[in-house]
Amino acid sequence: MTSLFEVVSTESSVDTPIRRITVTVNGKQHTLDVEPRLLLAHLIRQGLELTGTHTGCDTTSCGACTVLIDGVPVKSCTMLAVQADGHDVTTVEGLASASELDPIQEGFRDEHGLQCGFCTPGMMLTAKALLDENPNPTEDEVRWALSGNLCRCTGYQNIVKSVLLAAEGLRAKDDVEEDEAS
Amino acid sequence: MTIDEVKIGGLGARRSRVEDNRFIRGMGNYVDDITLPGMLHMEILRSPLAHARIKSIDTSAAMAIPGVQLVLTGELLASRNLAWMPTLSYDTQAVLATDKVRFQGQEVACVVADDPYIAKDACEAIVVDYEALPVIVNPTQAMADGAPIIRDDKENQHDNVVFDWEVGDKDGTDRAFAAADVVSELELHYPRSHPSPIETCGSIADFDRATSKLTVYMTTQAPHIIRAAVAMVAELPEHMIRIVSPDLGGGFGNKVPIYPGYVVSILASILLERPVKWIEDKTGNLISTGFGRDIYLRGQMALRNDGKILAVRMHTDSDHGAFFSDAQPSKFKIGLMHSAFACYDIPVAHLTARGVYTNKAPGGVAYRCSFRITEAMFFQERMVQVAADDLGIDQAEIRRLNFVQDDDFPHRTPFGFLTDSGQYAKCLDIGLEAIGYEDFLKQKEEARKNGRLLGIGISTMTEPLGAGNSREYDILGIKMFDSAELRVHMTGKAILRTGAKTQGQGHETTWAQIVAHELGIPADDVVVEEGDTDTAPFGMGTYASRSTPVAGAAVSMVSRKIRAKARKIAAHLLEVSEEDIEWELGRFYLRSSPESGVTIQECATAAYSNVPDGMEPGLENNAYYDPPNLTWPFGCYITTVEVDPLTGVWDVLNVVAVDDCGVRINPMIVEGQIMGGLAEAYAIANMQLITFDSEGNCVGSNYMDYLLPTAWETPGFELHEVVTPCPHHPIGAKGVGECATVGGPAAFVNAVLDALKGTGVRNIDMPLLPDRVYEALTEGHDVSGAPPTRTG
Repeated sequence: MTSLFEVVSTESSVDTPIRRITVTVNGKQHTLDVEPRLLLAHLIRQGLELTGTHTGCDTTSCGACTVLIDGVPVKSCTMLAVQADGHDVTTVEGLASASELDPIQEGFRDEHGLQCGFCTPGMMLTAKALLDENPNPTEDEVRWALSGNLCRCTGYQNIVKSVLLAAEGLRAKDDVEEDEAS
Repeated sequence: MTIDEVKIGGLGARRSRVEDNRFIRGMGNYVDDITLPGMLHMEILRSPLAHARIKSIDTSAAMAIPGVQLVLTGELLASRNLAWMPTLSYDTQAVLATDKVRFQGQEVACVVADDPYIAKDACEAIVVDYEALPVIVNPTQAMADGAPIIRDDKENQHDNVVFDWEVGDKDGTDRAFAAADVVSELELHYPRSHPSPIETCGSIADFDRATSKLTVYMTTQAPHIIRAAVAMVAELPEHMIRIVSPDLGGGFGNKVPIYPGYVVSILASILLERPVKWIEDKTGNLISTGFGRDIYLRGQMALRNDGKILAVRMHTDSDHGAFFSDAQPSKFKIGLMHSAFACYDIPVAHLTARGVYTNKAPGGVAYRCSFRITEAMFFQERMVQVAADDLGIDQAEIRRLNFVQDDDFPHRTPFGFLTDSGQYAKCLDIGLEAIGYEDFLKQKEEARKNGRLLGIGISTMTEPLGAGNSREYDILGIKMFDSAELRVHMTGKAILRTGAKTQGQGHETTWAQIVAHELGIPADDVVVEEGDTDTAPFGMGTYASRSTPVAGAAVSMVSRKIRAKARKIAAHLLEVSEEDIEWELGRFYLRSSPESGVTIQECATAAYSNVPDGMEPGLENNAYYDPPNLTWPFGCYITTVEVDPLTGVWDVLNVVAVDDCGVRINPMIVEGQIMGGLAEAYAIANMQLITFDSEGNCVGSNYMDYLLPTAWETPGFELHEVVTPCPHHPIGAKGVGECATVGGPAAFVNAVLDALKGTGVRNIDMPLLPDRVYEALTEGHDVSGAPPTRTG
């Protein structure tokens, strides 16, 4: 781990300012001392060793670094770690439970919604935010929701199908849960 | 008893991808995901100027920043004879600039520090004093009298010409033109485009002083070529170099060349004896690494009045940037440009090609295509449309009239390639039917009466994929064969390794399907590994759609070697002679008594426990496959568009693709590749613009300027297939990964120009940006996209 995330590199001769933050990532609370300029994506990747969040473009354009902050998709390469203080972060590693995949992950696998896999975590998290809001989106709504995430391999058509399949899966799951509850 | 091949994940199975299991969990292992103990971080300082003499470099302030371990400049590299490195095209390229910088973004210095933030800070603290020189951004400037010599580092280089090359029959072509009824002409610029995988390039070099072994984790599509190159550049023995290409976040040709960042990270690790990680930022990737295209094409077509093509003349002026570092077979200076017009029966043709240096980033990689084929097929299909318009012949009809016929194979193309199979007219017919050709033509006429501009564009092509045969294809003298190694374990499970390197193509899934097809071992029982030069057999890597044609064939061949040995074991187990047994998928049986047999798994067990006398134990082998020919898939792409006359914006109405890539190993993956290719074709035709102003500043140096299509802009695709097996490939497969990118752009451009028919506009250079289309429409003239771009 580099000096950016350690409590303090006390031997450091520069007077690096340090801020203490508390973030909840995938349900687990972390209290960390970070440099104010540290990007959230780097805190997640190097500091917390959750390397499923990828960095692609550095300019908030490609969406490979998308995570959910309190359920809202955010590109973590242009958000400072200190801005996440007190917030709830979901990364791709938080999608599946120990025993089962999220229907969104199943959708991407079943509809061949990925090839190199680099954009996939960001795509899935953006899709999750969409489906949380709108469980029954149209194709156009899916395409619009994903328009902040770039993919160079698939041509998007199968990604869109993946999300629509996931929506179906989630609705079916909700129906079952409702039946069980009633 | 008979095994259902699809059920075991053999040929034709739409098998879910093995690699997805880790990718959908965020558990991939890309180079930036790797952290080694004691690892340092490297950043590159790049030139802000496109052509300038370096007067001095002051690194003292950078060195003084706490956490900085090393600052490297060209001078330091020169002291170790490492300031220049060989390219893949027998040229040299500066690792870190010594005398002058030759393009904006060129590597000038590197900082190695405790963390990447400190390294970036230190890069900013380096002071470089430049003396600006005149800048060249296109071939016209490069060839002008008195043009500054960009490569004054090279002895005997007295101009900016990289090569002059020709192929074909000049005299025969001249004679055919003299006899022509009509001569059509076309001149265009295929713009520079950047492959731009979402993951940039990067490496982690780890030199272990104790063992003298260098391990480099690297974003490379061709790890074995890199190992050979590192052995040459760094003068390390090849067996002490291990290149590991982990999961790659896309490649598209961008990750074939050797980049200065790799080389410097290696040197830094050797000097510091610690692992050094270099991860390029997006701007670095876009302005310094292998671009695609950037070529000026002009040509003429000699025609008979009835539309029969008699001959073709072509000339290309290619812009290679500051160093000739194209990744392509050594023998062909302008790649496989001369594969143009291969699907048409044309008696004679002649091509001249000139390459020049300019003050732009080097590269010239095959961006999702085989070596310059994209440019060749684009010119071909634009030329055919122009000819059809000149003659007043229907654009589908002129193609049908000139296609090589199904029973004319093998067919020698005018430039000497041998095509071997295809059903071109059938593909076209399916495409026309799917798009509703006749109806659309009527619709177009109706719309025109109301001032609406509809257009339809066709592109048909066969392209040579799968370099290559060793007679003609090599890179740096290394023949372009490929390899596979298969070990079947005692319980009938297996591990397969190849010399290819997947980067999204799904080799871990499809190679196992080939083994399943050949041996009847379920695909789920075969694990596939690639990318580690210590374990994988030597191969030339994955690009140019060569994996299935070459490495895939090697997988078949090694499986057959395994089967041949298993057959001997089966005879031994069945206590008969080999001649008395037959093979069905997964099982040998007695011809005289088919119910008596042994499975391939039983043979595997026996290979380790009960081998016949005199036989070596074990069940493993390897195969090096040198293909007899390239494979020749065919693609027919048809698009319909509507152009808004008030803005020049064009919308895609429909896209139909008919692909014949021979036998499909996994149709799901093939379809995925075709759709990805179509999206890139649309991107190149519509928006991807990476160009230069008159000072050599790169326009398109980040994703806010270099537009890539999103899910919103990208049209939907309708796919169809025809299967004409490749006659020489062991399972009849042909390459496919790049067909749609190669053939697709002309379909979009032809459609837009069809919508503009009657305005006198013959060409608009890609990308067909709204302002270009609007200018063409309102001014009634062709629009060039050649740099330098207009400013203001």
